[in-house]
Amino acid sequence: MPAVIEVRHLHKSYGDTVAVDDVSFAVREGEIFGILGPNGAGKTTTVECIEGLRTPDRGEISVLGLDPGRDRAELTQRLGVQLQDSQLPDQLRVAEALELYSSFYRAPADWRALMDVLGLADKAKTRFAELSGGQKQRLSIALALAGSPQVAVLDELTTGLDPQARRDTWDLIEGVRSRGVTIVLVTHFMEEAERLCDRVALIDAGRAVAVDTPAALAEQVQSEQRIQFRPSVPLDDDLLTSLPDVTSVIRRGDVVVVTGNDNALSAVTSVLARNQIVAQQLRVEQASLEDAFIALTGRHPAAGPSAAQP
Amino acid sequence: MSVATAATPAARGSALGRLTITEMKLLTRERVSLIRMAVPLILLILFGLIPFYTQPRKYLDGYTLLDAYVPILIAFSLAMISLTSLPMVLAGYREKGILRRMQTTPAGPARVLAAQLAANLAVVAVMVTLILAVARLGYGVFWPRQVAGFVVAALLAAAALMAIGLFIAAAAATSRAAQAIGMILLYPLLFFAGLFWPIPTMPSALRHLSHATPLGAAVQALQDAWLGHWPHPLQLLTLAAYAVVFGVAAARLFRWE
Repeated sequence: MPAVIEVRHLHKSYGDTVAVDDVSFAVREGEIFGILGPNGAGKTTTVECIEGLRTPDRGEISVLGLDPGRDRAELTQRLGVQLQDSQLPDQLRVAEALELYSSFYRAPADWRALMDVLGLADKAKTRFAELSGGQKQRLSIALALAGSPQVAVLDELTTGLDPQARRDTWDLIEGVRSRGVTIVLVTHFMEEAERLCDRVALIDAGRAVAVDTPAALAEQVQSEQRIQFRPSVPLDDDLLTSLPDVTSVIRRGDVVVVTGNDNALSAVTSVLARNQIVAQQLRVEQASLEDAFIALTGRHPAAGPSAAQP
Repeated sequence: MSVATAATPAARGSALGRLTITEMKLLTRERVSLIRMAVPLILLILFGLIPFYTQPRKYLDGYTLLDAYVPILIAFSLAMISLTSLPMVLAGYREKGILRRMQTTPAGPARVLAAQLAANLAVVAVMVTLILAVARLGYGVFWPRQVAGFVVAALLAAAALMAIGLFIAAAAATSRAAQAIGMILLYPLLFFAGLFWPIPTMPSALRHLSHATPLGAAVQALQDAWLGHWPHPLQLLTLAAYAVVFGVAAARLFRWE
């Protein structure tokens, strides 16, 4: 798959403060690419360089084969952008905003259809100031898609939304991708990256510390699996400890906890099946993206939805 | 889920045209600024109802006080829109990230600025026309006798005041600050325009100072044209100088974010 965005050795400082030290990654066509990192890691500066809002001090960026600095006119036609904390005039109505923005583009999307897709049709005449946080966010996504862009960059898409609105927004983004739009998603929520992104770049202190799929990143830090279940009939531990893929078996009350490598689950289930034991309340724990994040950056990410973004 | 592309560009009108129409709509939706813009017109209607203002005066060569006040109220109207509404809206657009968002679209933020100026100019034109019409039809104030001179003076005055308004928008950190600066500036300027104390009766030092202020120069130029003279070049130059100096300073200082 060809690269839609290529960032090579990007560096950007503001005075003495280094915002982005050395970031490289490539975004492939049609994927949802996450830029993940703690607050202040340089995520927003990175995407602002991609959008052409900032000029890098060093490094190269190519978006759809264009230079974001030199080819602004063409880039703005093909790159949709949702900025962190950007608003609209209070008195502007939803339909007016969409109609206005679509008038900027050479080949705009049908803004009425966009309004339907984003569930804003019944808010067409509502003024921006009267919209809820979730509605403002959906309008912002709709405006980013007004020019039927090939690539959309969405910055802190779900910050400040309640859990339900966040899940709805995720569904929406998957819908947008299924229409063939490549998406770059900036986020500091692990859950969001894990759920939505095909691949993520982990950014920490201005550097890309890893670029891979969320699953591969998680695997990198921990190849252990932990399997928990309640056997339907009493079980002899030797049955499990004798398996080469299992490293330990402990008991918590009548719950058996088995630790082992990647193949442990299939080995355990086949042994149980052979002995006609049913594993009730079976749970498998795997390393998460969050574990990878902590291992790679040495710090804890934002705790989740309740964590505030300044 | 497929979203087809719509209408041809020709059917949609230019981005600048659309933006201008949108900005005009937005201006009329802000109740506070609407009332503010109407203040000079309301003053005209009130003055016209008071006989004190509508009796011919010997010291005004037989004209009424209202005749003398109409150019002042027109200058007031220009100042009100340029110094309060324009900087507040633009600083607010920057504060809310609207100009920055526009940088990521093909339209660009400069078009928003141009649309905002065009919309304000349209509002100014409507207000001046209303003042002229109410003065003429309601109270029999004569039309300006040197029409071309009047139009030139009004346009130069609008350019000078909007340049100052843009400068405020560029210098102020927030929309609140922009509004405060505009309001604070408005009253001394109105004083020198003769709103509270007619310019001809000011002591000579104050009178000279008045002619050097944008509103004082505007009122002088408008009154000259009213009485049938081409406005004095010095006043037109003063207005042009304000427009250029503040316009350039605003352009240098203005930030999109």
